[in-house]
Amino acid sequence: MLAQQLLNGLVVGGVYALFALGFTLVFGIHHLMNLAHGAVFMTGAFVALYTVLAGLPLWLGFVFAILACGLLSILIEVTAFRRLRKSGEAEFGAIISTLGAELIIVTFAQIVSGSDVLRFPFETFPVEIFEFAGLRVTLLQLFMLVCSLLLMLILTYYLYRTPLGTRIRSVSGNERASVLSGVNPNTIYYQTFFLSGALAGAAGVLIGLSFNSIQFAMGEPFLLRGFVVVVLGGMGSIPGAMVAGLLLGMLQTLTAAYLPAGLTDAIIFSLLFVILLVRPYGLFGKETAGAMRAER
Amino acid sequence: MTTTTLSVENVTAAYSGIHALRGVSLSVSEGEFVALIGPNGAGKSTLLNCLSGVVRATGGSIKFNGAELVGTAPWNVSRKGLLQVPEGRQILANLSVRENLELGATALSGRKSAYTLERIQSLFPILAERREQRAGSLSGGQQQMLAIGRALMGGPRLLLLDEPSLGLAPVIVVQVFDALRALNAEGLTILLVEQNARQALNSTDRAYVIEQGRVVHEGDSETLAKDPTVIAHYLGQAKATH
Repeated sequence: MLAQQLLNGLVVGGVYALFALGFTLVFGIHHLMNLAHGAVFMTGAFVALYTVLAGLPLWLGFVFAILACGLLSILIEVTAFRRLRKSGEAEFGAIISTLGAELIIVTFAQIVSGSDVLRFPFETFPVEIFEFAGLRVTLLQLFMLVCSLLLMLILTYYLYRTPLGTRIRSVSGNERASVLSGVNPNTIYYQTFFLSGALAGAAGVLIGLSFNSIQFAMGEPFLLRGFVVVVLGGMGSIPGAMVAGLLLGMLQTLTAAYLPAGLTDAIIFSLLFVILLVRPYGLFGKETAGAMRAER
Repeated sequence: MTTTTLSVENVTAAYSGIHALRGVSLSVSEGEFVALIGPNGAGKSTLLNCLSGVVRATGGSIKFNGAELVGTAPWNVSRKGLLQVPEGRQILANLSVRENLELGATALSGRKSAYTLERIQSLFPILAERREQRAGSLSGGQQQMLAIGRALMGGPRLLLLDEPSLGLAPVIVVQVFDALRALNAEGLTILLVEQNARQALNSTDRAYVIEQGRVVHEGDSETLAKDPTVIAHYLGQAKATH
């Protein structure tokens, strides 16, 4: 039973990690909080759903969702961030402007869906159950796990093993020095926001398929959990977001399985505070984060 | 026949309401090693940042190999081969030495650099030894060498240096300037901003003295080093010891 719950938690946690990775990518690289990230996630689920409802295959819905969410995220960067960044007042201002972007996207989704809870048609994803060593795993769960791990691997490779990734990390460390080395920061912003949105969109499709309950407000609890993952893992830390996402998923399924209902969030946040007492910069956070910003 | 690499005419710039540059004119010919000296706040760094496009000139003209630079985005200025080694080195502390150098190659954008990685590593062997280490773990002098190496990776046709001796031990300053002279001897055109006027005048062909946003003296470095007013203002110590 415990092993089964841990497995379920791992599957959900992988998706949390995807969601939080996108959030922490923008935060870690540009020091900007994108409060519209939950709305991008919701958009991913919507795009995949409407693609399927239009009679197209699910894989195409997945591709559309990733592209649409990447582009939506770029749109948020251009509308809600760019001007503020030039004024040098982005850090507080962006909280308000991205909250506005969130409201606009969510309202739009509410109108499109008529405030209904939408569902994928039966067997959109083939229902198959595997059993081994007393554990039950659905094909969908396997798919979610493989998708999460694969996307994390691709992101890590991109950031740490390609010249483009080096440029992204250099803009994060010192934008001015990067510009003097010939890096156009705008293309870096496009890339990170696209990646961030694409990851949120993928997470949205996976959660939409898994709970099969898609509605305009589904991003809100994820944004809150995303914060927990980012703080727990260490602000802006990529490995931190991965590990903390998996931990949070397991914690959530365990508390839901063994403790009275409704306690989950209280326990998650209490634990967060305990961890921050011991490690104020999160599990993988660096004390140099502040120094890095002063360097700018 | 010498060709003009950089020609600055009557450039003005303002920094939060203060007129940092009040009409600066200077020129650098191909293969020259030119110094820009002057007191703190004279506008030396502002001028370099105008050249790099980081600070926008409010007037005047900056021609680099004949093409106007004013209004060009800073990354495009770098891609034309006008590369700055910024004040305080500004290396990427969390990237490895190798990654810092690779980043520098961004400025090539299809051009070819006369400075290969091997060439830069033979100039500064420490960069080869510390290849995979975090750049932030290097000493100040090593970071300065990395900052110069990073700019060389971008294939400079003109190298700007902003206070390369700042915060470095005298013995390291000598090493850095030796390397700059060697690069210049091979044909690299260099414009150097320095507060260490003696070191600058000893190393360069020509110099400009800038004060309150204007060029107040110019000439051969050797001549300027003997000029009584320059000695009085910038090389005060020399007067006392003679």
